[in-house]
Amino acid sequence: MDFTRRQFIQVTGATAAGLAVSGMGFDLKPIKAHAQMLKTEYAKQTTSICPYCAVGCGVIVYTSQKGDGRVIDIEGDPDHVINRGTLCSKGAALSQLSENKLRVTDPMYRAPYSKEWKTVSWDWALTEIAKRVKATRDAAFTRTNAKGQVVNHTTAIASVGSAAMDNEECWIYQALMRSLGLVYLEHQARI
Amino acid sequence: MTNHWIDIKNSDCILIMGSNAAENHPISFKYVTAAQQNGATLISVDPRFTRTSSKADIYTALRSGSDIPFLGGMIKYILDNNLYQKDYVALYTNGPFIVDKSFDFKDGLFSGYDPKNRRYDKSQWAFENDKYGVPKMDRSLKDPRCVLQLLKKHYSRYTTQLVSNITGTSEQDLLKVYKTYAATGKTGKAGTIMYAMGWTQHTVGTQNIRTMAIIQLLLGNMGVAGGGVNALRGESNVQGSTDHCLLWHIWPGYLKTPRASDTSLAVYNEKYTPKSNDPQSANWWQNYPKYSVSLLKSFFGENANPGNEFGYSWMPKADDGKVYSWLDIFDEMYNGSIKGFFAWGQNPACSGTNANKTRDAMKNLDWMVNTNIFENETGSFWRGPGTDPAAIKTEVFFLPACVSVEKEGSITNSGRWMQWRYQGPKPLGNSLPDGDIILMLGEKLKELYTKAPGVFSDPILNLKWDYATGGVYDPHKVAREINGYFVQDVTIKGKTYAKGTLVPSFAFLQSDGSTSSANWLYCNSYTEKGNMAARRGQEDAPNEIGLYPEFAWCWPVNRRIIYNRASVDAKGTPWNPDRWVIKWNGEKWVGDVPDGGWPPLETADGFKNPKTKHAFIMQKHGYAQIFGPGLNDGPFPEHYEPLECPVEKNFMNAQRMNPTAPVYGGKADEWATCDPRYPYVGTTYRVVEHWQTGVMTRHQAWLLEMQPQMFVEMSMELGQLKGIKNGDRVKVTSPRGEVEATAIVTKRFRPFKVGGGVVHQVGMPWHFGWEFPKSGMEESANLLTPSTGDPNTRIPETKAFMVNVVKI
Repeated sequence: MDFTRRQFIQVTGATAAGLAVSGMGFDLKPIKAHAQMLKTEYAKQTTSICPYCAVGCGVIVYTSQKGDGRVIDIEGDPDHVINRGTLCSKGAALSQLSENKLRVTDPMYRAPYSKEWKTVSWDWALTEIAKRVKATRDAAFTRTNAKGQVVNHTTAIASVGSAAMDNEECWIYQALMRSLGLVYLEHQARI
Repeated sequence: MTNHWIDIKNSDCILIMGSNAAENHPISFKYVTAAQQNGATLISVDPRFTRTSSKADIYTALRSGSDIPFLGGMIKYILDNNLYQKDYVALYTNGPFIVDKSFDFKDGLFSGYDPKNRRYDKSQWAFENDKYGVPKMDRSLKDPRCVLQLLKKHYSRYTTQLVSNITGTSEQDLLKVYKTYAATGKTGKAGTIMYAMGWTQHTVGTQNIRTMAIIQLLLGNMGVAGGGVNALRGESNVQGSTDHCLLWHIWPGYLKTPRASDTSLAVYNEKYTPKSNDPQSANWWQNYPKYSVSLLKSFFGENANPGNEFGYSWMPKADDGKVYSWLDIFDEMYNGSIKGFFAWGQNPACSGTNANKTRDAMKNLDWMVNTNIFENETGSFWRGPGTDPAAIKTEVFFLPACVSVEKEGSITNSGRWMQWRYQGPKPLGNSLPDGDIILMLGEKLKELYTKAPGVFSDPILNLKWDYATGGVYDPHKVAREINGYFVQDVTIKGKTYAKGTLVPSFAFLQSDGSTSSANWLYCNSYTEKGNMAARRGQEDAPNEIGLYPEFAWCWPVNRRIIYNRASVDAKGTPWNPDRWVIKWNGEKWVGDVPDGGWPPLETADGFKNPKTKHAFIMQKHGYAQIFGPGLNDGPFPEHYEPLECPVEKNFMNAQRMNPTAPVYGGKADEWATCDPRYPYVGTTYRVVEHWQTGVMTRHQAWLLEMQPQMFVEMSMELGQLKGIKNGDRVKVTSPRGEVEATAIVTKRFRPFKVGGGVVHQVGMPWHFGWEFPKSGMEESANLLTPSTGDPNTRIPETKAFMVNVVKI
């Protein structure tokens, strides 16, 4: 009988729940029935890659398709050819990253001299940020430098980040920053 | 990495130095163990006995900041004992090149040094060219002016006695490591190096790596299975973010950011396109204009055309001779000239060197945009310890980013593998993917600059920004843009590619504006065959060395081991037939994607093949560089002490520290060397349970429980000397700041015998910050680290500085 690694783990998991097994030639029907009773029956399974170090381990994310639609569990992906289902403590704890009461879930604004945050809307936040970017950029934009050479850049705005963004996000971010004329553009790779 | 994670298992000898892979890249150790089970030797060299060391066959310690003497001594050992792979060195490296008489080295300085500007004139390090402008060579490697002989001369000073006196490593241990590793110089044997920040975060960081690259070339370890120079990168997508160039000095695909003196696209392309007169040199960067024009087409789409130099004048230029790097950002911010700041998925208040300076600098900002998953020491700097919010006018916008499992897109691991990932749950609450936020911000800015007059609005208005589907950011659209497509019908070698067709690979990119590609290196990743990064093929390649060519996709063009044409002899026969990467079957290469499809250097009859190209195609001359004339601090690595060191002078030469390293001298940049107030060498490192500044991991109960507090490790001897017991709370101080920590008094550190005396070293993790846990008592080790860095990369020297430790 051919198993994929994932089937093997599912089967042995169900077996550990208490069914008797007699060698490898057992009848899968009762096991399948039991497996269907596990929490992950209601889960959507998606694959992702761990967001920590750069080994790039594969994970399987089980997302509930009932109720709050949140993560039930995240575990190593046995079919990933690098980590083969294993994870370090950070990867193994990933569900605590996504399901975390300390996460910020609304944009916030800190006013000058204030000692606290104020919750604001996305539209307000992005509108206000855009206004400030334009004001700061336009106030001191350098068309030509002291030598009279054309530079078309701003040194009044700087950006750092991020090695945690996806490739596609990194690309559009640097495109946006460069279109604004930023030269102070850096991130984790520099340190 | 020139190789990749799984390939580590193919090695005969693994050197882990400047890295603690078992701790910080734990799953990679699967492959280290597999290699050991096959008889490989693991060598761990580290100031401290780490988890990696506990698995090593050979462990020895060295003082932080003395890697070049350690490795330079190995170069001397290899050359003195003739252990280098001669045919490899003669065929593939610039070991045979003749160096011009202007090159010299005296008193710790190479020729061409300008002491006023602390800079070298690199034209003094040129090769002697023949009448065709191609470097002259002595393939017998005997000419006294050939690179190999100059290398031997340079490292003749690196005797084990002197090296031991600098590093604190016993001569016996040095020789044991040298002998074991140098054995991989035997044809068919492979040695690999796994390194990380322990090598890069120094004022000699680039040269640390260069020293090892030279060793790997001498031993014939580049391009072979189980070999290579393998950087273990620190973040899930720092490889991708580097490739897409979120860095001031490069454009996506490692093109150069133009300078003010690059007054036109033609001048720019001319300057950065290397030229070679050797018809046998592929000189792959000669294709530079195809990549730069295709990139500009991605930036500006239809608005970029030959008439406006494809929008070249809309791109910002850097002033000549100026550096806009990390250290400079916070220096300028401290001095008040930077008014607006994006801290996007990064926490400089804890991650940057000299964190006090960074935290003070941010008080000068008018506004900050902080995008993150959790509150952190950067976005909340205005309520940090010792800070009065009523005195801080900075407006801060906190934008909640969702977690990686809540969005779709790709990331690139250290082995250059681009891997697609999918959305599980939707973003929590009103958090959003970074892509959504960036797209919306761009739309707002375009709207503003359309509605109201602005200064030089052209670049913003002309920026191609159609990355939405149904009004929402679509990562697939960007991924296809990154690969690139034909902007109009194009006919290449008789085949016509219709407008809109995805470009099959960068070999098809054009410099006339008929193709666009947002990153030539990633061209081939998302083609008419589909999303290559999403593949999950379980089959290995016929050579069975763990390439898995159909799992995900790697750059360039899915070549898993780069420089692999050096894995064969001149006729195309693998050096090691049991672990072959590519081999010539008489008509073409089989195995891994070859590093260029040209035939081997020689025909089967042993004649030079006119159709061949040299193996190292990204180098102008086609040969790997033992002599490296392009770096800012010299063509050969040389030992210099860190900015702050425990000895009065450099025992190797007359220069105490790197004569070209940047040193910031403002009032927040205090430093002190060989100073009795700071008598111990300090270093920083990580633990497996936390990650970087701990913003993600400190907020998780399971991980915080395992590693709850800031600690400092010290030797039993130092603990006794200072009356510090294991578990005591102590204060670690440097000229820049202080940090409270729990002392771990351990045998894992031992005092070093250096310079005829005893030098103690301590080490700390840098995972903590005042924002969480709520006590605010666990802070960042970067409050101690110095304002200096490498002269090539400007990576700060956070791995070797001087501190004091006192019981509280």
